[in-house]
Amino acid sequence: MTEAEIRRAFLEELTLIAPDIDPATVGDDDHLQDDLELDSMDFLNLIMALHKRLGVAVPEADYPQIATPGRAVRYLARALD
Amino acid sequence: MTTFKMPSLGADMEEGKLVEWLVSPGDSVAHGDVIAVVETHKGAIEIEIFEAAVIDEFLAETGQTLPVGAPLARIHPRGEKSEVASDNRPEVQDQAPKPARQTDPVKPAAARRPKPETPRASPSADAPPPASPAARKLADRAGVELGAIAGTGPGGAILLADVRARIETPDAATPDDCIEGQMADVTDARPHPAKPGLDMAAMRQAIAAAMSRSKREIPHYYLARTIDIQPATDWLAARNLGRDPEARILMGALFLRATTLAVTQVPELNGHFNDGVFRPSDAVHAGLAVAMRGGGLIAPAIRDAQTLGLDAMMAAIRDVVARARNGRLRNSEMTQGTITVSSMGDGGGDALYGVIYPPQVAIVGFGAPVRRPWVVDDTVLPRSTVTVTLSADHRVSDGRRGARLLGEIERLLKEPDKL
Repeated sequence: MTEAEIRRAFLEELTLIAPDIDPATVGDDDHLQDDLELDSMDFLNLIMALHKRLGVAVPEADYPQIATPGRAVRYLARALD
Repeated sequence: MTTFKMPSLGADMEEGKLVEWLVSPGDSVAHGDVIAVVETHKGAIEIEIFEAAVIDEFLAETGQTLPVGAPLARIHPRGEKSEVASDNRPEVQDQAPKPARQTDPVKPAAARRPKPETPRASPSADAPPPASPAARKLADRAGVELGAIAGTGPGGAILLADVRARIETPDAATPDDCIEGQMADVTDARPHPAKPGLDMAAMRQAIAAAMSRSKREIPHYYLARTIDIQPATDWLAARNLGRDPEARILMGALFLRATTLAVTQVPELNGHFNDGVFRPSDAVHAGLAVAMRGGGLIAPAIRDAQTLGLDAMMAAIRDVVARARNGRLRNSEMTQGTITVSSMGDGGGDALYGVIYPPQVAIVGFGAPVRRPWVVDDTVLPRSTVTVTLSADHRVSDGRRGARLLGEIERLLKEPDKL
């Protein structure tokens, strides 16, 4: 998977959880919880969706590494490598 | 012979719109069956019946907005004979508290509808195709006939996406169904579908009404205690380590479990205060304040929370949060909460002082967990802590009893393996 494909998949899962977010306006440095207002349940749902879609089960200790879309895409790319 | 009425779905509800019957006349229903769907300012709510009965006839039609207490259906207890054949039935007219009224005087979609809806003897015969409330609403607004749409949901149910697809590919539509102006309208309304069928202005108004009533009628007192949750944090991290995301639990489940167990020790904080009398509840129906994206909140109750272990509590939270945001809650969940818990989550305020949701008498608030310098055995250590607050009704309890609750929560969270 290319980074662009991972980014698209990530944004699709994100907007399924938070349908009011317009994927076109999401910046790579937006903080999922502080800027996009995901709560802990939304965040866990996102982790579950990524697990299902990409087969990557992000451990809790790595949550800070996927705190923004930009960091998450790089993290997932490494995990899928 | 009795009348099934529009139920009150909380202190802040005055009326609801009947959107769907899930039974037909002649059907037998059991205690707890969901028989209808009503749309309120909190979204679509599934309406349960609390007796074993047979549905005789409908007294309200889908699409009608009716006040709380308005008759919806004539029913009779199972085992008794139906009296519906009798023409002599004046009691229904007498029982109607207020005439049914339409909240929305302008009903463009109804006016556009080619054939007027007539009262039907057998609603199942020409019942509308199954559709989600959001799909129904959008179709209504866009003037698209539900019958003209192929549903892709469970059982062929029409989903929001199906209606959108139909609107966006109007070539298949007859010109009358979908004119350009209406399409533009629908597109404009799309950017913030926080929850299908949810009217944010109405929800804001309802919160204002309930909270104003609470502050007017309930003499609140407030307590706060900051507690060390490092043991719970460490225990949770170890428990979730190596587990799939689906099997992980959140700190919020520990908070709710600890509060539920604690309040069984302080019964004057758990129950309902009505007409000057407090009735404690043996069961803990734990209301969970769920913030809606885009604003507003709903506090559905997790029923019999005292019977749920941590994993079951997590599953119940997951279920109720998902349905509060995207699906349907049931009327028992809307009205039977005996205490409410509200959590700030990460990165919010240090402490959260809630306003009691009448007729309850207490609300517990968890602030954002914060690492603070903390004294442990005469040594200052960095520890994860949380400030827990209690807002309680002074007509029913006093600060000393309230403090007992916070002390119990602290004790329980120190030994998370016993939760």
